[in-house]
Amino acid sequence: MAEPVDVPIAYLELQVERPPVLTNLDPIPKDLGRMGAALGLADNATTGGFMGHEYSLAETVVPAGGDWLDAARAVLAESRILVVNAPAEAILALADLPEAQGALIFNASAEDEALREADCRANLLHTMPSYAMRADALMQFLVSRRWTDLVMITGQRDPDRAFAQALRDSATKFGARIRAEKEWDMSSDMRRNIGQEFPLFTQDFPSHHVMLAADETNDFAPYLEFHAWEPRPVAGSAGARPDAWSDRVEAYGAAQLQLRFKRLADRPMGAVDYAAWAAVRSVGEAVTRTGTADPADLRDYILGDEFELAAFKGAAITYRDWNGQMRQPIPIATRTALVAMAPMPGFLHQVSTLDTMGRDRPETECTAFD
Amino acid sequence: MLARTASAIALSALMTAPAVAQEVWVSNERDNTISIIDVPTLEVIETIEVGARPRGLMFSHDYKVAYLCASDDSTIQVIDTATREILHNLPSGENPETFALHPDNRHIYISNEDDNITSVLDVVDRRIVAQIPVGVEPEGKAINHAGTIAITTSETTNMAHWIDTTTHEIFQNSLVGSRPRHAEFTTDDKRLVVSAEIGGGLHVFDTETFEELAEIRFEIPDVHPHDIQPVGFRLTDDMTRAYVALGPANRVAVVDMQTYEVLDYHLVGRRVWHMTMSDDETMLFTTNGVSGDVTVIDLTRQEPVKTIKVGRFPWGAAYRPADS
Repeated sequence: MAEPVDVPIAYLELQVERPPVLTNLDPIPKDLGRMGAALGLADNATTGGFMGHEYSLAETVVPAGGDWLDAARAVLAESRILVVNAPAEAILALADLPEAQGALIFNASAEDEALREADCRANLLHTMPSYAMRADALMQFLVSRRWTDLVMITGQRDPDRAFAQALRDSATKFGARIRAEKEWDMSSDMRRNIGQEFPLFTQDFPSHHVMLAADETNDFAPYLEFHAWEPRPVAGSAGARPDAWSDRVEAYGAAQLQLRFKRLADRPMGAVDYAAWAAVRSVGEAVTRTGTADPADLRDYILGDEFELAAFKGAAITYRDWNGQMRQPIPIATRTALVAMAPMPGFLHQVSTLDTMGRDRPETECTAFD
Repeated sequence: MLARTASAIALSALMTAPAVAQEVWVSNERDNTISIIDVPTLEVIETIEVGARPRGLMFSHDYKVAYLCASDDSTIQVIDTATREILHNLPSGENPETFALHPDNRHIYISNEDDNITSVLDVVDRRIVAQIPVGVEPEGKAINHAGTIAITTSETTNMAHWIDTTTHEIFQNSLVGSRPRHAEFTTDDKRLVVSAEIGGGLHVFDTETFEELAEIRFEIPDVHPHDIQPVGFRLTDDMTRAYVALGPANRVAVVDMQTYEVLDYHLVGRRVWHMTMSDDETMLFTTNGVSGDVTVIDLTRQEPVKTIKVGRFPWGAAYRPADS
């Protein structure tokens, strides 16, 4: 048996005020992310039992408006390996703390491009895919179906705008056309009158194959299908949605992961759960292979050529050594079924087909990993 | 032993022809059936209704019965080889996926994939006699020919666990590539071979020293490396060859087990999963999950000769020799 190793991991979450949405049917679970980390710990602990590696997970949840950086300092004093579920600004402020230098921090929640590009940090890896990766996954699917004439409806919140911009960039990248866009600015309760309002709202759209919705809080997008002037499928934030994870994934052994998660959390696994699980499992895989819990050594191994993690999406997961982003297939799914697992066949790349999604090495603005 | 469908004419032919021709049984994961292929004609001659989500499938060493993992029914079904009737269900622990039969023809080692457990079933007393905690998502099962060592591979723990069949305790763990799926011992028990689906390699271990002797890697022009996913494989009795199913690469690799070089790749159906070999080792039958068929490879000519449509998501395959 190998040398005993203690691996203390911290899960750190900053709760956010969620804006009101039209329906309360789909509340965001209070333990989203935390349960994913907990499952990752259980998986690691089983393996660790055979290796003499002892994993632990300390959970810290900071309420909205609480002192985030104070809590972060306290956590960093106890653990040098952090899995973080927080907005981009909070993650960046955490990564820039003097106490965080030399720590290994996983972003399991923020999709913002800047955090991986101009604002990238050497101590910060990302298991959550970026908006660009999600948009590219969807666009590859649409282009592979030759559904290249698109229209888009965008919400007014920042995440909506960020995802919309990613979809625009992605359309350009893969040769699709967003022929018209509208901003969703109606404040009425669409459950009652969408049947009257929405046909009119969409009547002057040019002909298109698919209607894109950039509505990351799921405010209005779920109501679009069946109410537009033209009967076209909806994709983006609702309809066929690209995400880090979907509870509709069952191939590649995923049925087992879904079942393990459901047993633990009593609900389906969400994208942030998956990203937190992948972060904890990445640490576990690196500890298993290297026999150390030193964050610098683990970071080197995770970013190196030998690292690979089986992560239930059909291809081994690795990390981009130029900005710390986890490479991963991205499922595109409706609420009832998996539509496709991107990258789509035919989208080729000289290094990894997973790098056809998101910003590639030649385009990166990140210099912290040089 | 007579086949149930034997006609009067066939009966008269018994004087010269074998009473029962060779068969290949195939479990269809998403149809809850077993397809029975008649080997001389390479046609499906019968389809048996079985329990929910049939996966692992094997015959007893005397071929009197077949054992089937009906995963979603959490049982092992015992099927009379001659009459095709389900005789009874055996306790298996939850969600059995794969298994291996001890040379004593009495104890079955079962992977309970959702519970991180290897169960040992006594088929005579019809009860579980031991449960051994293993890694996350136990899958591949192998027992050496001497009957002293049982192997469980754990897909998420990425290990082969070596279990003493007398004490039912793990005495060694070997790390392998990601998502180990299948394990087999060579005929002389000197080597253990383990496939790693996501890792993409075939690991060969010395069973005395537990040292890794080789990791066999695969490379196919125009197939992306992450689509090369070794799952099921078979070793020949003379220990010179391994045939390896490569999953979504839709190929079976032919490996030289002395030099560990890959000699050839045969194109088969989509998402090739497991396989079985004829007792004279002249034919190989692969289950192709996504295309729902079985590819027959003539091992003398080293080429695929036929595709046989079976049920949805064929998973396991087992060969039954003539007159058994």
